[in-house]
Amino acid sequence: MAEMVGRPGPLEMGSTGHKASGWWGMWMMIFTEASLFAYLLFSYAYLGMQSHGGWVPEMPKLQIALPNTVLLLASSLVLHWGESGIKKGRKGRLVAALALTVVMGAVFAGLQGLEWHNKTYGPSADAYASTYYMTTGFHMAHVLGGLLMLSTLLVWAAMGKFDARRHVAVSIGALYWHFVDAVWLAVFATFYVSPYLVSGHG
Amino acid sequence: MTTTELTREPEVITADYDSPSARRLEKIWKTSPGLIGWLTSVDHKEIGKRYLVTAFAFLIIGGLEALIMRLQLARPEQHLLTADQYNHLFTMHGLTMIFLYALPILSGFSNFLFPLLLGSRDMAFPRLNAFSYWAYLAAGIFLYLALMHDRTPDAGWFNYTPYSLRQYDPGQGMDVYALGMVLLGISTTVGSVNFVVTLLQMKAPGMSINRVPVIIWGTLTASVGNLFAVPAVSLAFFMLWTDRNFDTHFFDAAHGGHPLLWQHLFWMFGHPWVYAIVLPAMGIVSDGLPIFCRRPLVGYTLVAMSTVLTMFIGFGVWVHHMFATGLPPQSLSFFGASSIVIVIPSGVAVFAWIATIFTGRPVYTTAFLFFAGFIFLFTLGGVSGFMTAAVPVDWQLTDTYFVVAHLHYVLLGINFFPVIAGIYMWFPKFTGRMMNERMGKWNFWIMFVGFNLGFFPMHWLGLIGMPRRVYTYPTGMGWDLPNMIISIGSFLFSAGILLFFINVFISLRRGPKAGRNPWDAPTLEWSTPSPPPSFNFVVIPSIATRHPLWESRIGESEGGSKLEEGMLLDNGKQTISTTALNGEPQVILRMPEDSWAPLLMTLALSALFVGMLYHWWWFILAAMAASIGVTIAWLWPRAELGQTAEEHHG
Repeated sequence: MAEMVGRPGPLEMGSTGHKASGWWGMWMMIFTEASLFAYLLFSYAYLGMQSHGGWVPEMPKLQIALPNTVLLLASSLVLHWGESGIKKGRKGRLVAALALTVVMGAVFAGLQGLEWHNKTYGPSADAYASTYYMTTGFHMAHVLGGLLMLSTLLVWAAMGKFDARRHVAVSIGALYWHFVDAVWLAVFATFYVSPYLVSGHG
Repeated sequence: MTTTELTREPEVITADYDSPSARRLEKIWKTSPGLIGWLTSVDHKEIGKRYLVTAFAFLIIGGLEALIMRLQLARPEQHLLTADQYNHLFTMHGLTMIFLYALPILSGFSNFLFPLLLGSRDMAFPRLNAFSYWAYLAAGIFLYLALMHDRTPDAGWFNYTPYSLRQYDPGQGMDVYALGMVLLGISTTVGSVNFVVTLLQMKAPGMSINRVPVIIWGTLTASVGNLFAVPAVSLAFFMLWTDRNFDTHFFDAAHGGHPLLWQHLFWMFGHPWVYAIVLPAMGIVSDGLPIFCRRPLVGYTLVAMSTVLTMFIGFGVWVHHMFATGLPPQSLSFFGASSIVIVIPSGVAVFAWIATIFTGRPVYTTAFLFFAGFIFLFTLGGVSGFMTAAVPVDWQLTDTYFVVAHLHYVLLGINFFPVIAGIYMWFPKFTGRMMNERMGKWNFWIMFVGFNLGFFPMHWLGLIGMPRRVYTYPTGMGWDLPNMIISIGSFLFSAGILLFFINVFISLRRGPKAGRNPWDAPTLEWSTPSPPPSFNFVVIPSIATRHPLWESRIGESEGGSKLEEGMLLDNGKQTISTTALNGEPQVILRMPEDSWAPLLMTLALSALFVGMLYHWWWFILAAMAASIGVTIAWLWPRAELGQTAEEHHG
């Protein structure tokens, strides 16, 4: 048994798929980032529970936020399409998908900026406003980080760095982007949906 | 080479450390000499030693702060310090010891030892490892930069709001604390990621998860805990910074915020953190004690599981720091109960250690004495913790010296004593020389007596009502004598620590040379020369039991670990990655060369935090651009790391 363990046959070399350290490293980053958002949402819930009525100053408007959410989720699908392409060696499809994802993410960021612009209050209005801007602000920082990551991957993909056998950077970047999208759902549900579900809101 | 090699069948040879293969590996792995090599090294052993030295430096600073306080408190109505100076001192003492000494010292051990214990040539992310050290150093310097302003932090290490808000605590000391902790959090987080992934990926072939040493379980548990806990404190400090600088209202009751939000976030982090700074140290004991009891640890599986369980429950006890804040009874009952339940896994470990001593043949080395002393102190600290887990008792004892006694028994007892034992035990591996045992025994007894003299009377002081964090006290309260004894004890304790450092310095120069395995220990690190060469293992060992070096003696020889025959992997910096649970080889990892990126990244991040402190917006933008630039260069897909299949041109 030990004979076999210490004497394996031919092995892949380097960073490949889910055997790459970077893939696991990104999962660990996601655990810790997800915790960050959990603590942000805890702060929202805690301060809301401790407030004496009138926690939410005005019911959140969904005109921009809802379509924007759909857009962000759709961008994940596009990216996944690109990633599955490079697994079959389709470099053009990867470049196209990365470019489209970057555009969709940028539109999301722009619309979220517009959403901020439309608010009648700033981050120092009260504790609700502070939590809202802090949480969506942290999310925006993650979107911008993700866009930077995807743009870099786009350049690398265009330079021909990736093919069917070596493309782990793409998988890791995509994993991060999927996280940014998934965590937005939690932020969206907390700030935009929950006030409609809680009875007796201000 | 024009194309990148994507697969290879590893060559298996039999070789020792004096073979030509070893010389070739040394050429491949060694850090170049001189300043450039020092600044760019990603050798985990080098980084581990730096962690140890830096953490001990902070220990000395924090210790001197404590001694000044004990001079002030030795007698009643003294005015060596003003009340304000005393506030700064106890705050800096606490944050230095807890954040800049207690975890980093354990990171030092784990960094040095992880690959050696696991039979690997490096950590999973060598450059990230270097970065986590540099960022720790930068955060430590940053936190002490507050000395250059008019005010250091002064609201206690847990820094409760509203005391720490701007209107009650103006001046930049508090902003330094807030930002410094965020920077330190980055270092802790990347360090934790590295430990977890190293365990998942880098074990030697055959080293299934049930064969790793207990310190690995301790560090794994602490690291996973940190990944979930550190964001809470980073967020709390970031919110504090925005409350102080940009008028947000997280902790401001007048605008819908709540000061208790701080306490919740801080202790959601703080309590798991307590376990993060003791579980790896308990791992040191679980691995070290059997060496000097000449038998395997009693109840390996139970101890490993209780380690994990402690951290798991540790996430559900944070409110026991807040029993006196007026929370509803349901909350008090739940957290009181969970704080009592957590005694069970700790008890399991204690009984396992005692059973190991009882059924073994103890060799009374200095390290053994420190381990045994640790068990005693841990038990005492555990009992006082158990007492304060009971809500009514806690109400009496909150913010008294009883709590100070408890936390020092726990933190010094479970962290510092095992650390000193660990140094005595692994000093030969770190440096190639033995420490002086005679001086070591003096060292232990002076520290042990000094410690109990210095901290045990604090229990009594707390019970008769002396509050913590008072800079002086009137005479005639019955507090005079205990305080004098405590001060004498603390100086005696310090003398013991001084003797330890003297022993280290003398032994570094004159200690007798250690062979590979001076203690006749069972685990893999002792199969390498002392100190180990840059590449750790000439051939990748394959592991069949928990005690590869004791197999012939304890009847675990079926299958047999192979330490001198294994994969050579000598065409470039390479090591093997195995499956997470079973340790079956899955891929040959190509490891990065020494790099400037970790240091440059730290400099860019430090500049970013300095910019944030002073609101230099353009400077912040430039620092962010620099850190992004370094990140892209760092992560650039490289054929030599097997990250791209692109062909080399030219």
